[in-house]
Amino acid sequence: MFVDRRGFLKEGGRLLVLSAAAAGALDSVLAGRPEEADAYRLADHWWGMIIDIEKCIGCGNCVRACKTENDVPTEPYYFRTWVERYHVPPKDLVHPEAEDHPEVDSPNGGYDGFKEKYRAGDGSKNFFVPKLCNHCAHSPCVQVCPVGATFESPDGVVLVDKEYCLGCRYCVQACPYGCRFIDPRTETVDKCSLCYHRITKGRTTACCETCPTGARTLGDLKDPRDPIHEFLRTHGVQILKPQMATGAKVYYNGLDGSVR
Amino acid sequence: MDSVLQGVQGFMYPNEVELQWSVLIVLYPFVTGLVAGAFILASLERVFNVEAVKPTYRLALLTALAFLLAAPLPLQLHLGHPERSYEMYTTPHTTSAMAMFGFVYLWYLLAVLLLEIWLDYRKDIVMLARESRGAKRLLYRTLTLGSDNISARSLEIDSKVGRFVTIIGIPSAFLLHGYVGFIFGSVKANPWWSTPLMPIVFLFSAIVSGIATVLLLYMFLSWMRGRKPDMPCVDTMGRYLLYAFIIDFSLEMLDLIHRIYEADESFKSLDFMVHTRLYTSQVIVQIVVGTIVPIGLLALVQLVRTTEIARKGFYLAAGMLTLVGIFAMRWNVVIGGQLFSKSFLGYTTYKMQFATREGLLPAIFLLLLPLAILWGLVKLLPPWPDEESA
Repeated sequence: MFVDRRGFLKEGGRLLVLSAAAAGALDSVLAGRPEEADAYRLADHWWGMIIDIEKCIGCGNCVRACKTENDVPTEPYYFRTWVERYHVPPKDLVHPEAEDHPEVDSPNGGYDGFKEKYRAGDGSKNFFVPKLCNHCAHSPCVQVCPVGATFESPDGVVLVDKEYCLGCRYCVQACPYGCRFIDPRTETVDKCSLCYHRITKGRTTACCETCPTGARTLGDLKDPRDPIHEFLRTHGVQILKPQMATGAKVYYNGLDGSVR
Repeated sequence: MDSVLQGVQGFMYPNEVELQWSVLIVLYPFVTGLVAGAFILASLERVFNVEAVKPTYRLALLTALAFLLAAPLPLQLHLGHPERSYEMYTTPHTTSAMAMFGFVYLWYLLAVLLLEIWLDYRKDIVMLARESRGAKRLLYRTLTLGSDNISARSLEIDSKVGRFVTIIGIPSAFLLHGYVGFIFGSVKANPWWSTPLMPIVFLFSAIVSGIATVLLLYMFLSWMRGRKPDMPCVDTMGRYLLYAFIIDFSLEMLDLIHRIYEADESFKSLDFMVHTRLYTSQVIVQIVVGTIVPIGLLALVQLVRTTEIARKGFYLAAGMLTLVGIFAMRWNVVIGGQLFSKSFLGYTTYKMQFATREGLLPAIFLLLLPLAILWGLVKLLPPWPDEESA
């Protein structure tokens, strides 16, 4: 195809303009739900997450992304999200009193990934379980906070007002999942905010965005078009510690009975 | 950093490795328990007309006040932002047991204890204001709150109102310490704490520790003043201490048996903890040294006829061991409840520091502080009716 100089400049200019616009929109496009910040209405959303254990490879991308995105202290005992590795030896079915006793580790919260430790084919089950705040609808942490510094936003995210938190640590005790810690720099409690600064601008969380296998997916339970509904309908999902009746909104696919 | 991780055995959720509630939070139920227990002892005389314990009535009230004034300090010191603690009163979160405790505390301090002490001491305060001079006179005059009528009719009203306040005070004292138990007992995430028995166990252990404290203080202060303690009074306190202790121990054993029999998902983990990391503080110090031995000593006094001096020795030993046992119980609840993982797959270690904000040194200071306050209160408001008449 012959293109003269005028045509080249015209088409080239058009492409240049278009790619600039596309680059600008790229973040929103990648996030899945392009939405303007000022168009965000709290009452229209109810956030949750799906974690597909069968897809998690324990690379630790999510842990690193979370620490960077949310300025989480680097010490190996402060995490907004972390990954656990489970090794469940073959069950002794002949002696039913022998119970599942999984071996679990999470070196540096999975931040650096996991060194190979278990061999395949010995009859054991090995898998990774990413953890984060479950953004419970009936949060024990919210219930016990003496001043209401921890609260549940109308769009279903459990948040902390650091300007208000006393640092009494009652919420840390009340969380059944170990999702809270005291930030030594502020002496206030810290936890996963579901990247609230991102999701209210139409983007997804840092952990979901960086997961290479799609093991984590943010979902809006109030949006009927959100694929989360289809996933929940078609998969056997479970929440952590259902006996706690916390109304957890992080749904696990392929969750083994040994996971706590 | 690594030393924190070295204390871990098995698997803890990463955020669980650091303990959140330190020795200061052990002090809080211990001190609050002494308050409630001392007040309940005082009310024995006032409401239930147990005349024998009358010599300790005022001392018990002052002891309760001294410890109550010190009770919030360990909490304050422990907070990440103590300067924000007033928010619990200005914007309390009504579903929070901790927030509501602030109001229970204030109610008990202002509506019960201060009022009862003031009513009981009003005549003395007016007399002291008349007898003293200078700054002391001004102080006592201020304490009269402008009410210096000590006619027989007026004192009769004081006595009636005082009795009414004590009657309200008993459920308030129950509430005060039962509520401390509820703060722990209502944490469903923690199986070591979560039991409806917790408030009632806390309450009876509070009564035990309060009686033991007043018993020891009474014997010690009598010795300091060069007076013989009133033995029927000491014997009666010893008897009540025994009764309360038996109930307390039975409740704790009920809790233990219940846990062993039910053996729910947390049992193996907790059982392992009691046999390892908590063995010394729970089995040896709390149950054997701090409970069975003092109960044995107190029972021995009831069963065997002994001399006065021997009885005093028994009471002294039993009282001190009781306080050690109750402190160990608070320790095992607060610290023990944080040593195991909520995954039930691992354990961490509590390393108490010394001269840090939440270390041993401030804990010792906070434990001695109420005794210093009590010394001041005893000087200000002498609790000895015998000296008055002398």
